Amino acid sequence: MALEKVPMPERDPKERARCFEEVAMGYTPEQAQEETTRCLHCKAKPCVSGCPVGVPIPEFIAAVAQGDFLVAYDVILSANRLPAVCGRVCPQENQCEGKCVRGKKGQPVAIGHLERFVADYARTHGYAGKQESITPNGMRVAVVGGGPAGLTCAGDLARMGYQVTIFEAFHVAGGVLMYGIPEFRLPKDIVQQEIHSLEQLGVEIQPDMVIGKIFSIDELMTSGYDAVFLGSGAGLPRFMNIPGEALVGVCSANEYLTRINLMHSYDARYDTPVIQSKAVAVVGGGNVAMDAARSALRMGAEQVYIVYRRSEAEMPARLEEVHHAKEEGVVFQNLCNPVEILGDENSRVCGLRCIRMELGEPDESGRRRPIEVPGSEFVLDVDTVIIAIGTSPNPLISSTTAGLDTNRWGCLVVNEDTMATTKEKVYAGGDAVTGAATVILAMGAGKTAACSIDEALRNLSR
Amino acid sequence: MFQIVEKKRWNDAVVQVTLDAPQIARKVQPGQFIIFRLDEFGERVPLTVADYDREAGTITLIFQLVGDSTRRFAQLEEGDAIQDLVGPLGMPTELPEQAKSVCVIGGGVGCAIAYPQAKHLHQKGLEVDTIVGFRNRDIVILEDEFRACSDNLYLCTDDGSYGTKGSVTAVLQEQLDQGKRYDAVIAIGPVSMMKFVCQVTKPYQIKTIVSLNPIMVDGTGMCGGCRVTVGGKIRYACVDGPDFDGHQVDFDELMRRNSTYRQQEQHACRLQLGQKGEQ
Repeated sequence: MALEKVPMPERDPKERARCFEEVAMGYTPEQAQEETTRCLHCKAKPCVSGCPVGVPIPEFIAAVAQGDFLVAYDVILSANRLPAVCGRVCPQENQCEGKCVRGKKGQPVAIGHLERFVADYARTHGYAGKQESITPNGMRVAVVGGGPAGLTCAGDLARMGYQVTIFEAFHVAGGVLMYGIPEFRLPKDIVQQEIHSLEQLGVEIQPDMVIGKIFSIDELMTSGYDAVFLGSGAGLPRFMNIPGEALVGVCSANEYLTRINLMHSYDARYDTPVIQSKAVAVVGGGNVAMDAARSALRMGAEQVYIVYRRSEAEMPARLEEVHHAKEEGVVFQNLCNPVEILGDENSRVCGLRCIRMELGEPDESGRRRPIEVPGSEFVLDVDTVIIAIGTSPNPLISSTTAGLDTNRWGCLVVNEDTMATTKEKVYAGGDAVTGAATVILAMGAGKTAACSIDEALRNLSR
Repeated sequence: MFQIVEKKRWNDAVVQVTLDAPQIARKVQPGQFIIFRLDEFGERVPLTVADYDREAGTITLIFQLVGDSTRRFAQLEEGDAIQDLVGPLGMPTELPEQAKSVCVIGGGVGCAIAYPQAKHLHQKGLEVDTIVGFRNRDIVILEDEFRACSDNLYLCTDDGSYGTKGSVTAVLQEQLDQGKRYDAVIAIGPVSMMKFVCQVTKPYQIKTIVSLNPIMVDGTGMCGGCRVTVGGKIRYACVDGPDFDGHQVDFDELMRRNSTYRQQEQHACRLQLGQKGEQ
């Protein structure tokens, strides 16, 4: 049996680095079926235990092996309403595939690639999943934020019979799937189709609604919602507090990516402008940094650097993203920390002064602490600096809601087993609770919250 | 969709629209803003609300035709609708608690935002002086409205074609020189005007509130585009503002950052105006 996965067909790096077409092109049915032969169908199903939403992985793989691709889709849908998204953006290596027995010798089964194949097959064949009979239970739940956590919570509650309204701050639901993750990793049409499938379950989506402003949480409660789920996401971008961050040509990765993804500034038909750059430094080593760097190439930058203060081994980004970025020509300046952004006479960025770092003793995160190498300063010749070093929680809801406790970082405090906040009938999950994390962890939290909301409301109505 | 129920053209460069938006009208307070998006292709544009009618369920916007989006907005007529309107955003204006007399200063189209402040304070029973300035007579807006809610109205134009000749800061300085004292000043207009008003009020230690209009995308504290330096710290106009203590604001930095997309905006205006509406 092959030790390695059937490789995912990918667009040529040179070609794709200049366009927004999807990089990974997906398995053919033959490739998918070949990959299924690598699954051992072990009894213990360690892969399922690694999945935050508990997709019945061996069962769907068995259906793919049989060629019953639409059956496989129904199996996945029973646990996950966003399989085309998860198949693309989950860090499977830390989850299902990280637990796969095949990974002990060779590569694990390509569960992510298979999930994506099944979802894409169903979508391109016009199959929306088998009709579910939902019995309305007469209760209403408000979901604040239409990102991965909110969508998952809403979908699960809708299937249990709740009437669910998602209040989305942007003009379109999807959260980070729409504004953050680029088209070339996650096509927006696919996101919208999966969201549409939730609407077909009866979920109502109200865009342009900033909760905390147009309605308070208490007003939602008094207007007839029996419970509220807060999935309002991460908030304000962090900056470095170094000189030059107010120069023209410095922006957060959130702003850069939102202009490109949500506002389509790469498409001439759309009005939203974005910085035009020749040479870009992206500061940070996470997936968002990789997304910003690869987007900058596609927007026409001739030179793109990742500037990261630790070494590649400590990089929080997925290996696959780092690999893709390198293939496309992003230059990594690891063990390198920005100290000043330089500006020209018009206050436009004309360089990034950095200092080399070396790794010292492990810090509280367990990673070796980077220390400056004296006298190693140098200047990167760039005209744009994009800051991708994380976000702080958004104060919009916590500051307008009495009884909703936050921790010292400003994240909402929840009971981790139930996702209940400190306010009665209010639950929360996703980045609003954890700080910036992954799509699938947010989905897992949304799912947990849906179960506890159901349990709490059923107990009440008894 | 949000329907335009009334439209008024003040002059070639300034248009007023009243939109049917009952939920926003119910909540909005002076100082807060909305973001509009005309259609699928439009930008998200922040505008401070000029007026609202809670009973009629409408909000009024007054804007200058500066970019592609505002030009296209100005082409719409009563009965037309825009795709997105989100708000109210930002914090309402907060005056010092004991304030009894206030000077409201508006420059150009900034008067559209200064007006609801003056009206609101006048209704609350405060003594309100207003100083409004325009480049010339042709672009004067809201004169009658201001007069109705001001104890004293001072109108000036740069070229002297209407009212007093000179700037709003000169009028303010004159009032202060004559011994007039205010508990607070609210200044809304071009960044340079707000900067100079703050320079005038600072020696007198008069609390001066300015309303900033930086670059913005989401308006909810996500993109960081609207960051401004206030008292040496990064603040976000969308969630912390748009009002700030003018004596703490780094206006020069704001002016620079506001120029980020200027070239592209002018480019878009020249190339695409007229085609967009047909798409």
